[in-house]
Amino acid sequence: MGAKMVEFNGWDMPVEYPAAIGCGIINEHMAVRTSVGIFDVSHMGDIRLAGPQALAAVQHISMNDASKLSVGQAQYSALLYPEGTFVDDVIVHRLADDDYLLVINAGTREKDFNWVRDNTRQFDCSVENLSDDFTQIAIQGPKAVNLLQKLTDADLNAVKFYWVTRGKLCGLPNILMGRTGYTAEDGFEIYVPADESTSARVWYEILAAGKEFGVLPCGLGARNTLRLEGKLPLYGHEISDSINVWEAGLDRFCKMEKPEFVGRATLEKAKAGVKRTLVGLEMTERGIARDGYKILDSHGREIGYVTSGSPAPFLKKNIALAYVPTEFSAIGAPVKVEIRGQGAGAVVVPTPFYKRPKKTT
Amino acid sequence: MAYPTDRKYTKEHEWIKADGTSASVGITDYAQQSLGDIVFVEVPKVGAEMSAGKAFGTVESVKAVSDLFAPASGAVTEVNAELATSPEKVNSDPHGSWMVKIALKNPGELDSLLSAADYEKFVAEEAGH
Repeated sequence: MGAKMVEFNGWDMPVEYPAAIGCGIINEHMAVRTSVGIFDVSHMGDIRLAGPQALAAVQHISMNDASKLSVGQAQYSALLYPEGTFVDDVIVHRLADDDYLLVINAGTREKDFNWVRDNTRQFDCSVENLSDDFTQIAIQGPKAVNLLQKLTDADLNAVKFYWVTRGKLCGLPNILMGRTGYTAEDGFEIYVPADESTSARVWYEILAAGKEFGVLPCGLGARNTLRLEGKLPLYGHEISDSINVWEAGLDRFCKMEKPEFVGRATLEKAKAGVKRTLVGLEMTERGIARDGYKILDSHGREIGYVTSGSPAPFLKKNIALAYVPTEFSAIGAPVKVEIRGQGAGAVVVPTPFYKRPKKTT
Repeated sequence: MAYPTDRKYTKEHEWIKADGTSASVGITDYAQQSLGDIVFVEVPKVGAEMSAGKAFGTVESVKAVSDLFAPASGAVTEVNAELATSPEKVNSDPHGSWMVKIALKNPGELDSLLSAADYEKFVAEEAGH
């Protein structure tokens, strides 16, 4: 059988919590879609840029337009190589006038920090690696706001999606709380002091406060299936140093009207020459597409590959993201996924696979 | 969960329960726990030959894909069709959810497999790593 826990970038992380306490990937996933789940995401990294030219530095190293951010607002963006491919994707928070926080991925923390430092030397701003100062906890799901509100004096209903606030949380002063996440659901990500006793205390207080909502602790397994249903990219899968912004379909976060940023010149030329694109697939025949499986055309010729594939616990379908030539990317286009030597039918479907229902509040 | 003493076990976490020259094959409680939520079971068709120690099928959880290894050699005589539509039965009742039945080619092959007590010892060591 040989089933193993998957090591995650050298971090000792739970893939799922034990079935004995009601968890397991499917239950964790469903808790987030229908109520609330919490994730220990302290492996995420944090880089702070502060100083008179912090905005100019952020503008130079990221593809979205950070000049549009008000204080307290955040945006999805990416750091690019001159080739227009990805160093990493990031969430850029504007904490104060000349103070920006970049939240980055675990596996790319050192690379990202070095890259940011090396590419911002010409600007009058400090670059600090705060990754070890904070424990990041994500509270995600339609009931996330109700749960977290029990523990803080900040008015969370006043915080819009992709905005941040600060307030007292579990007795700790001035805690940063962002209405962000990686689950395609409403929710918050909070940044608490990284010392073990404090972060453990907050974790257990959140679990206790969430009891009435049926909160579950969730591992990396559910984090992956949730983000896949929402088509949120994962570094090393949908985006990497060999995939550019156009191929990944992240055009709307890449502001070409900005006169300059690393990667812009190449991207301008590359736009007309896009040959492959990221598509959503749904299996039409029995079988589960998995990361790295080949995509075949109707003649059995290899035309692309799966970047992420899994059963989708909420949608109850087998779904995948894959790179295919643009001529195979139309909605409804049939392809095959090679599973253990056999081609299993799949079809290109609209993405995201899952979109959370609009709230009236 | 206790491991039933009416069958033998492999170090790859399958069980095999012989009844004369026929035997049913499934995966253990330890296996289903390690895999997590099982969503897919694929086994060969009736008539296919399995040979001891070789992969004969696949079981998939949300997260992982694992090969199934044949505890003994023989031809498949019956497939548990219920698992095609309700693979989660393997999680809830691993030792009752047989995947295939085979006609044993050489019942003596079972002598070299682990007893319930030995298997329990084996997984305790493996889990301790």
